Amino acid sequence: MTLTEFFGLYNYWIVVFLMMTGFYIVIARRNMIKTVIGLNIFQVSVVLLYVTMGKVTGGTAPIIPPGIAGHSDGEHASSHGSHDAHEVVDHAHQHAADAAEIIYSNPLPSVLMLTAIVVGIATTALALALIVRISEDYGTIEEDEILLMDRRQ
Amino acid sequence: MIEYLHFHLPVLPIVIPLMIAPLCVLLGSRHVANVLSLFACWVTFGLSLLLVSRVCELGEISYFLGGWKPPYGIEYAIDPLNSFLMAMIAGMGAIVLTYSGPSLRDEVPKSKHYLFYSLYLLCMTGLMGMCATGDLFNVFVFLEISSLSTYALISLGKTRRAPLAAFQYLIMGTIGATFLLIGIGLLYQMTGTLNMADIGVQLERYRVAAVIVDGIEGPPHWEGSRTMLVAFAFLTVGLCIKMAVFPLHTWLPNSYTYAPSVVTCFVAATATKVSVYAFIRVVFGIFTPEFAFELLPLDTALWSFSLVGIFVASIAAIYQTNIKRRLAYSSIAQVGYMLLGISMANQDGLTAGIVHMFNHGLIKGALFMVVGCFVLRLGSVQMDDWRGAGKTMPWTSLAWAIGGLGLIGVPVTCGFISKWLLLTAAMEDELYLVAALMLISSLLAVIYVWQVVEVLYFSPPSEKAKKATEAPLIMLVTTYVVVAATLVFGVWTTWSAGLAGDAARFLLQGGAP
Amino acid sequence: MSNVTPETLIQICMGLPLVALVLVVITGKIANLREACTITISSVLFFVTCQLAGHVFSGARPEWSLGDVMMPGFEIAFQVEPLGMLFALVASGLWVLTTIYAIGYMRGHHEINQTRFFACFAIAIFAALAAAFSANLFTLFVMYEVMTVSTYPLVTHHGDEKARNGGRVYLGILLSTSVAFFMLAIAWTWSVAGTLDFTPGGVLAEAFSEGKINAVQLAILFCLFAFGIGKAALMPFHRWLPAAMVAPTPVSALLHAVAVVKVGVFSVLKVAIYIFGIDLIADTHAGDWICYVAAASILLASLVAMTKDNLKARLAYSTISQLAYITLGAAIATEASMLGGGMHIAMHAVGKITLFFCAGAIYVGAHKTNISDMRGLGRTMPFTFGAFLIATISIIGLPPGGGAWSKYFLALGAVDSGKAWLMGTLMVSSLLNIAYLVPIPILAFMAPTKNETDDESHVDGGWKIKEGPLLCVVPLCITAIGSVVLFFFANQIYQWLIPIVQSGH
Repeated sequence: MTLTEFFGLYNYWIVVFLMMTGFYIVIARRNMIKTVIGLNIFQVSVVLLYVTMGKVTGGTAPIIPPGIAGHSDGEHASSHGSHDAHEVVDHAHQHAADAAEIIYSNPLPSVLMLTAIVVGIATTALALALIVRISEDYGTIEEDEILLMDRRQ
Repeated sequence: MIEYLHFHLPVLPIVIPLMIAPLCVLLGSRHVANVLSLFACWVTFGLSLLLVSRVCELGEISYFLGGWKPPYGIEYAIDPLNSFLMAMIAGMGAIVLTYSGPSLRDEVPKSKHYLFYSLYLLCMTGLMGMCATGDLFNVFVFLEISSLSTYALISLGKTRRAPLAAFQYLIMGTIGATFLLIGIGLLYQMTGTLNMADIGVQLERYRVAAVIVDGIEGPPHWEGSRTMLVAFAFLTVGLCIKMAVFPLHTWLPNSYTYAPSVVTCFVAATATKVSVYAFIRVVFGIFTPEFAFELLPLDTALWSFSLVGIFVASIAAIYQTNIKRRLAYSSIAQVGYMLLGISMANQDGLTAGIVHMFNHGLIKGALFMVVGCFVLRLGSVQMDDWRGAGKTMPWTSLAWAIGGLGLIGVPVTCGFISKWLLLTAAMEDELYLVAALMLISSLLAVIYVWQVVEVLYFSPPSEKAKKATEAPLIMLVTTYVVVAATLVFGVWTTWSAGLAGDAARFLLQGGAP
Repeated sequence: MSNVTPETLIQICMGLPLVALVLVVITGKIANLREACTITISSVLFFVTCQLAGHVFSGARPEWSLGDVMMPGFEIAFQVEPLGMLFALVASGLWVLTTIYAIGYMRGHHEINQTRFFACFAIAIFAALAAAFSANLFTLFVMYEVMTVSTYPLVTHHGDEKARNGGRVYLGILLSTSVAFFMLAIAWTWSVAGTLDFTPGGVLAEAFSEGKINAVQLAILFCLFAFGIGKAALMPFHRWLPAAMVAPTPVSALLHAVAVVKVGVFSVLKVAIYIFGIDLIADTHAGDWICYVAAASILLASLVAMTKDNLKARLAYSTISQLAYITLGAAIATEASMLGGGMHIAMHAVGKITLFFCAGAIYVGAHKTNISDMRGLGRTMPFTFGAFLIATISIIGLPPGGGAWSKYFLALGAVDSGKAWLMGTLMVSSLLNIAYLVPIPILAFMAPTKNETDDESHVDGGWKIKEGPLLCVVPLCITAIGSVVLFFFANQIYQWLIPIVQSGH
């Protein structure tokens, strides 16, 4: 693997770095808030992974330009008079050719990530809510202290 | 109308609880929520039974969500395996909810009841969805729906340890789910599709015909399989966490112990089984058994972890004085039996694994329901407080004894059927050691079940047991319905073992969803 | 009845105990009604079983199966052949007597939970009949386990510390042997032979000739069966039998002289004849190891019995010894030994149930459990001890007791197979039987009572008869007479059983 290739995959390196950082925090930190932060970092790394794989080199945002969108609409075309129908069809062909040249990024991973982010937020919210209740009941959010309190009981 | 119903049948058991769940919150009344959720659960159960009969009649059913064709749209693929499991989940869900009333009033503050019902329905939605869907990303979404609602349900428990247990489960569960997500991402990267059947087909491209040297067929081989390996590893480990396979089981004992009894009944009966189902789908539907078991030593890994898990968890169960925790450890051991069957990857073994998902769901559900009855009347899950309760609560105690026999695997109970199938499968595969160890391990179940029976019947009554009265009728009746089911499916096995056999055959014929 | 097919009779036979179960539970509150139900149904059952026996002994082999309810290959199916028929006949016949006896005993003793007692009894009888009629190993195993579990509440009937410990040993040994060995052996058989059906001539012979299993493996398999069928109480897995003696005496009588232990040895015989086949065992010497174990069991159990002062414990060890005879018969694997084993099921059942009935009657009538306390008791309880003496003769194997014939055939089988030393074992064992059983009635009739002077029953130079309740004494007299009748009836049983060994050829 050459150096260029190595750095060319920088997105993935970031993903791996974040993933491991988050995972480590979850395992190593006994403070509950920090655990949740670790979990978030872990999840964000996955979001980056997906977004990275959706990227196509030279691709643009997967939005069809308005011109093409308007004119390729069959109904819109037929609303013109019959005399310039020919011209319109030509026009549409022209735009279609343009559209084929445009390279789009894959939109699906980003869409998937919208869902994953929502799930992540829900998880975080629930985790925080649980932490609030734990802190009310135990007066601390350090797992070691809580375990100690439970054992003493 | 009927045609319309039949057409949308695959999606209805998921949509109905999903729609009713927010309704319960919006209406905010616990009585209305109770009636609504009961209605939703029983309707779902009825529909899933209808679905099973349709699948038996027509074979596999595909349903395209919103009319979008796969691989672009989301497909719900109903086959013998998942329709069977969906019926079990919906059935347990409905019966446990019917049972829940008195226990819920005892253990959960009234102001939170409508939230309980909503979460319960959401949890059911998630589990049903995981079974029904043929889309891998959808599996993740439904997994999270069921998991999130389970965390919240567990935190409803009476003691302050409940939120803690829920939090620990949340951390483990989220790691598992995120692993799953990574695996899904990598597979998507390789194949460009999320439809499970399609992924299976796409992965075929990477398969290289086995090399034949001197007339001996070499191991199968996959080209460029590194991404595939990593994806497989993430998916397997992620699902193993959700299945509570030893040594990834640490979240389970606390969650089951501190959750409200009703929640434990439902979750113990269904949640781990659905993860096992997802695991089966991933191994058999996406990656082939060839890949998992011949190229990779997943079978050896699985059965060694299963056996160690069975022994460790069973022995741990023997030493628990908290009965819920005792059963929780037993659940970990029982998952081992399911994986043992699956790891054999032959007709009988797979049938055993699948049928044990069903049988164990019934048995564990029944036993936790019994525990719920005792908790209501004795106010304790400690064995000391259960002493002599056989005299004041004879019916509940009898239910424990019968359910316990099922867990041990005595003939005429459904536990025996799974054990028997597993045994014959192991003998067929010439895994004599596995067969012998499995039988010996089932003797450990005798100990942890029978200790409780002896405490119930032969000890002088504790203070609490003296004052106890028989559990409320509705709880007893529903408990006995499930207990009776464990006996019925121990004799009448065409439905359980027969359907599981169909499912196994389907999977072994390269059954992608 | 003549227009009822044998198939229907099978269903009725197994259905009746279940009907009894339901009726007992329903009428539980009214003791008289409950017991009337049990007696009526048990009598009807005996009658129906006799009808069925008529068909079977004249050559019919009725079958009935639950259809495709179970998985293919493992189905609950029934087929009646002479050995099973004989066992069913013994079990159902003695159920009638035991029920009568149990009513006398339980009432005389004011036992609690009588409904549970009679209900579990009915399930146990159901299991015994179903096991007797089973057409394959799978069914046999299922019923074997049903019996284990259904008798557990009977063994632990008193619900105290002692009962719990006894029950623990009982369930522990029976379940663990059956699960660890019996079930493994069945699965092994299935994987080798591909079928579990009881087939005349055995199913393993073919597998052996095809080389799927060798002689040593066959011997191991036979050991797995012999030890796995823990109910046959082969040493060292015999501890459950003495432990089960904490149960009320009727339970010990029916279950631990007839149903439970006989299901055990019946299973051993059935496996030897219909799974291995007599010829296969004889050719491969698969049973040789078990011959030694059984012979040792016979002698050791007899020796232990001599040391026991508690009557029920002594009878329990005697049972262990007698059961080993039957296992020995299966292991020797000659026609004569198999027939002897089969006959011994009936002979020993009738004899031993008499002894247990007597033990219970003595307990209820005189509240004595230890043999040393029974001096001179025969004079106040002449019927009981008279019956005891007759049964003793049968168990030892002296004419005119039924046991004489079965032991004769076993000895014949031992000689046939060229194991003459086994003859010696059988002889010594008979002497030991005399040594531990005969002194009991002798002591009771001859010896002076401990404190002759202030014994109330000693009036005017005669002895006032003070027997147990009538319902206890009548059944034990009937069974005692039965054990003598069987001596003269032995030829008939021999004729009945002949087909089981011949069909193998």
